[in-house]
Amino acid sequence: MNSKNNLKGWLYLLPALIFLGVFMVYPLIDVLIYSIEEGYNFASQTYSGVGIYNYSYVLHDPYFLQALKNTFILVIITVPLSTGIALLISLALNRSGRFKELFQTIFFLPYVTNTLAVGLVFMILFKKTAYSEGLINLLLNTLGMKSVDFIEGPYWAKMFVLCFYTIWVVLPFKILILTSALASVNQDYYNVAKVDGTRKWRIFTRITLPMISPSLFYLIITGFIGAFKAYSDVVALFGTDLNAAGMNTIVGYVYDMLYGNSGGYPSFASAAALILFAIVLTITVINLLVSKKNVYYN
Amino acid sequence: MKIILKHLTKIFLSRHKKNEYVTAVDDFDFEIPDGKLIGLLGPSGCGKSTTLNLICGLEEPTEGRIFFDDVDVTDLAPEDRGVGMVFQNYALYPHLSVRANISFPLENLRGKDKLSKEEIEKRAFEVAKLVQIEQLMDRKPNELSGGQQQRVAIARALVKTPGVLLLDEPLSNLDARLRLQTREQIRRIQKETGVTTIFVTHDQEEAMSISDLIVVMKEGKLMQMGVPQSVYNEPVNLFVAKFLGTPAINVFDGYVKDKKVYIGDDYIMDKDIEDQDVYVAIRPEGFIPKKNGRFHCRFDRIEIMGRDTSIVCHHDKCISDEDIRTIVDSDIKIYHDDNMIAFDLKENKTHIFSKKDEKVL
Repeated sequence: MNSKNNLKGWLYLLPALIFLGVFMVYPLIDVLIYSIEEGYNFASQTYSGVGIYNYSYVLHDPYFLQALKNTFILVIITVPLSTGIALLISLALNRSGRFKELFQTIFFLPYVTNTLAVGLVFMILFKKTAYSEGLINLLLNTLGMKSVDFIEGPYWAKMFVLCFYTIWVVLPFKILILTSALASVNQDYYNVAKVDGTRKWRIFTRITLPMISPSLFYLIITGFIGAFKAYSDVVALFGTDLNAAGMNTIVGYVYDMLYGNSGGYPSFASAAALILFAIVLTITVINLLVSKKNVYYN
Repeated sequence: MKIILKHLTKIFLSRHKKNEYVTAVDDFDFEIPDGKLIGLLGPSGCGKSTTLNLICGLEEPTEGRIFFDDVDVTDLAPEDRGVGMVFQNYALYPHLSVRANISFPLENLRGKDKLSKEEIEKRAFEVAKLVQIEQLMDRKPNELSGGQQQRVAIARALVKTPGVLLLDEPLSNLDARLRLQTREQIRRIQKETGVTTIFVTHDQEEAMSISDLIVVMKEGKLMQMGVPQSVYNEPVNLFVAKFLGTPAINVFDGYVKDKKVYIGDDYIMDKDIEDQDVYVAIRPEGFIPKKNGRFHCRFDRIEIMGRDTSIVCHHDKCISDEDIRTIVDSDIKIYHDDNMIAFDLKENKTHIFSKKDEKVL
């Protein structure tokens, strides 16, 4: 490789590098700088010193701790549940010979449905209005239980709706990925296993799971990252004043610190964003380490 | 273990057209003797693999029964039949080591058959030694050559000491040299274990070289079954004659008149049958070049390939190929002028088939 060729190579890379530099690298560095500038004034664009006060403030802010707790609960509940449910549905889909295509379409519909329409459906299901209790509450009533205010009621009810919504929204994509992963497993492996008298559960754990492990792992990683970034769904369900509703998330907190009613603190927002980054990075690294042992790449 | 097929039939719903049926296996009725190596031979799509799947239980027959010795296994699940199967692509579990692949069937055993870890390890090692891969136990399948993978697959199929070993196109994924080696290996392993083995192939040379018996199939029907040499020497119909042998048999339009067989004007041999049009099929080695021979062909060229000398010539009545291929003794002096060459024919290499049903006469 001579230097002339090198120059040419860089030239080809230039468009992508400029784009990435301006929209990814520069903002990242900027966020880092904001997060260590203490007492930053948005109007005058001045700051009093450099240090870790912003981090300490954010970590002691009860709103942030609430957001942290909400996000973690959301992640811990929705990622395993949605992946597990998607796997079960995909396994069933893979088996349902005749109506496979029909069911695949039905399960994929939510993915292409407008978010507003989905929000409306959830409202009909859960929201208590002057005119209606909401479909779920009607159901609870017929079962002899009391109505629950899912949108403005107790914390667990709101968390339930949020988790339910999140799982439901991410399910189609996961099903799509997993059905194609399952379909791409060579049928001969199952035939061999059958001739060898392998029981179904063992076929599933020793053959199916390792074979689809790359897809599964991909879904778990993106699932974690996606759930940590939750914000718009929460707004769709509980409105913009999330701190008051006690349903804020980390991304929500970042947004509020920047543009919310009590906003205008880019330093705090940046610190919170970097804390989120650190959390996601840690979890992804742990995931990668675990996967090294358990994920089989062909 | 002896395998008996009784009126075995498998009909599939056509994949391409609705309400159309394909008969993959048509009324198979034969017996495979204990401890033999059987080659199931036929062109692709003739139902060989389906037959194998029926025997191992992955497919259910539409009609007919399958017996292993005296036991009717038709309704038994594959794992209850005591068969080992090697798939065409080997189907080794790619995420498991060779050791784990071979032990896999043993680890499936439950209840009174359950084996201890040491016993599993011991048996896996024994069978690995049998197929000569014991030094590769810790490798993953993708770190092995095609031939080694093949042997791991055979080891996995044999580890439960099945009564029947089934091999689906065992050599088709190997290159020419490995193929030769591996087929000797298969022969050796079969002899050492004495397991009744059926292997499917579309390569007649492969089948002829290692089988005790070959079964020739065409379009789901059994054409002929027998010792390779006898099937080659005494084909019951034109298909079998054409399918076995390289170079392929030469087929001519001929006729019988006054109990004599002719091709064109040339008298070929005597045949005690009624006057009729026939196919005359002559093996390449059935030609003896001779100055005053009775069968005249247009001479083209002589090809010498190592130990074989081949005379290529033409004849208007030849319908199998444009070229007539002959293989002759290289010590024989070949007389020919620019255009013509004459042969005498070996009668035991010349077969007469009916034009009506292509059966031997």
